[in-house]
Amino acid sequence: MFDDLIEIFSNLKRNKLRTILTGLSVSMGIFLLIVVLSAGNGLIHAIEFNSGNMALDVMEVYAGYTSKPYGGLEANREIEFDNRDIGIGPSNFPKEVEAASGILEVWGSTLHVGSKSSSVNLTGCYPEHADINKINITYGRFINHSDLSDRRKNLVIGEKTALEFFPSAAEALGKVVSIDSTIYTIVGLYGGNTGFGAANGYIPFTTLQTIYKKGVKLDGLKLRTRGITEEADDTVFQNKFRAALSAQHRFAPDDKSAVWMYNTSVGAAQQSKGMNYIRTSLWIVGLLTLLSGIVGISNIMLITVKERTHEFGIRKALGARPWQILRSVLIESMLITFVFGYIGLLLGIIASEYMNYVAGISVIEFDGNKMYTFLNPTIDLTIAMEALAVLIIAGLLAGFFPARKAVKVKPIEALHAK
Amino acid sequence: MIHLENIHKTYYAGSPLHVLKGISLDIAAGEFVSIMGASGSGKSTLLNILGILDTYDAGQYMLNDVLIKDLSENRAADYRNRMIGFIFQSFNLIPFKNAMENVALPLYYMGWSRKKRNALAMDYLERLGLKEWAHHLPSELSGGQKQRVAIARAIITKPQIILADEPTGALDSKTSEEVINLLKQLNEEEKMTIVVVTHESGVAYHTNKIVHIKDGIIGNIEENVSLDTSPFGQGGLMK
Repeated sequence: MFDDLIEIFSNLKRNKLRTILTGLSVSMGIFLLIVVLSAGNGLIHAIEFNSGNMALDVMEVYAGYTSKPYGGLEANREIEFDNRDIGIGPSNFPKEVEAASGILEVWGSTLHVGSKSSSVNLTGCYPEHADINKINITYGRFINHSDLSDRRKNLVIGEKTALEFFPSAAEALGKVVSIDSTIYTIVGLYGGNTGFGAANGYIPFTTLQTIYKKGVKLDGLKLRTRGITEEADDTVFQNKFRAALSAQHRFAPDDKSAVWMYNTSVGAAQQSKGMNYIRTSLWIVGLLTLLSGIVGISNIMLITVKERTHEFGIRKALGARPWQILRSVLIESMLITFVFGYIGLLLGIIASEYMNYVAGISVIEFDGNKMYTFLNPTIDLTIAMEALAVLIIAGLLAGFFPARKAVKVKPIEALHAK
Repeated sequence: MIHLENIHKTYYAGSPLHVLKGISLDIAAGEFVSIMGASGSGKSTLLNILGILDTYDAGQYMLNDVLIKDLSENRAADYRNRMIGFIFQSFNLIPFKNAMENVALPLYYMGWSRKKRNALAMDYLERLGLKEWAHHLPSELSGGQKQRVAIARAIITKPQIILADEPTGALDSKTSEEVINLLKQLNEEEKMTIVVVTHESGVAYHTNKIVHIKDGIIGNIEENVSLDTSPFGQGGLMK
């Protein structure tokens, strides 16, 4: 084998410039494949990370306007949810709904501590809210059932917001703040990535309804669902749930504009489908680039083999078996693709690591909430290995067809070739 | 050694060309034979068939009591490798290999290790007085030197027959004589069977037997036992 390699090296050395130029097209192809896939991964990782704080089994339901007359009531009527609707999910669909809470929000309130103030959105919530929305409590506790039943004026705010008013997060616990002239006690702080929006403050659902004179009205419902991950299941459940609401609020069971529903798990499934599209198209682009390199190599092998027909004739006259000639061409072609492909692979990985170093974490910061636009733009070793495997196979194919042709030529014809 | 019986060969390039029209010939071991004829007479085709570089359409070719017909590519390659040594008019050395590597090449296809085959190649080059040129590329050698390298390559596997196709065709008279004397020496000392195709009478008259071919058939076979009787005499070579 070592002997054969020396044989082949002496062939490659004969035409250094051509070998190098051919090799470069392969290097470039694999380099671009790696860089494109890495950059794509950066984008995909960022999107995946941003949606990582979303619970995957939550369905949001918002009230809308009816689109058709029903039961003697005219169309275009506003539907309003109230406290009774919270119970519909768990009691009517115990199999599908694990928990339910209402959505009730007050936007653009002002939080005061002494002379300092900050804008805050208030969310009236049930204890389940922390679980459903993956709120990460770092100090104290979240709103509990006693808060709810006693309509306590307890508040949970973000660490970042607390630090605007108090020297440390721990010191904020138990302190009182004023929001829209009402005094609240801070019972808990949350941290981490919480998505977009102004600082959120969480108070008991009942407290918010009372203070802001909402009566029993709700903005929407939040259901924690079980086992609804497929789009088909989701549609079935939405239809059933809409029908249940329609009985309560007297709209047509099939009136889709009366209530709006969004299932995060189905959304996530769609998102991962989208990610797959991105990934696939990046692979296609990368492979096509690689293909151009491989076409280059096939072309050169074709010319090389044609040029060497006379030499093959000599070798045959001296007793070379067809397979020995075929093998030397195959190894030659594989060697070029492998060595230069490996160089391209290495450079590609270096480039993606550099990309990771300068732009590895690109973040839009928005009132303490991080939104990644580019994260960890690197590829797995497995993908690199796959690319390498593609290269070796490509090298084999690039060499095989011209070589087979050359081997089929009769020795005497090969000897007469010029 | 070589037994040809009614060999026919037709080329189909455009209109069919019947090149060999029934050649029957026997060459015994240790003979030094030349095949003479005008260009187009079929002498080169005959040599190519003898060397298993080309196939024939009808007849029988026995080499060393083995029927050479419808061989697989691999069998043909092995026979060429072990039984036949070629010397060509245009030398057919591989341009990017030095003299030693060229000489050693048949041994590579016999599966010899690099060290062993290069050592043997050096031995042969030394015998042919080319030791100092062993590491030169063919382009750095004169015509005579190139042909001597080619001869070394042809005999390194100790083949039963040497086939030479116009071995002096590209050489001047002085080097032609050297090459012919070398072949003669191989025939006399090593008892190698040698078949030379030539159109030069001067070359042919150095051989023991001259086969004249005309239009694809054997005209006459001259026994040339006493080389001194040649009209060109000893040591004279007409170009």
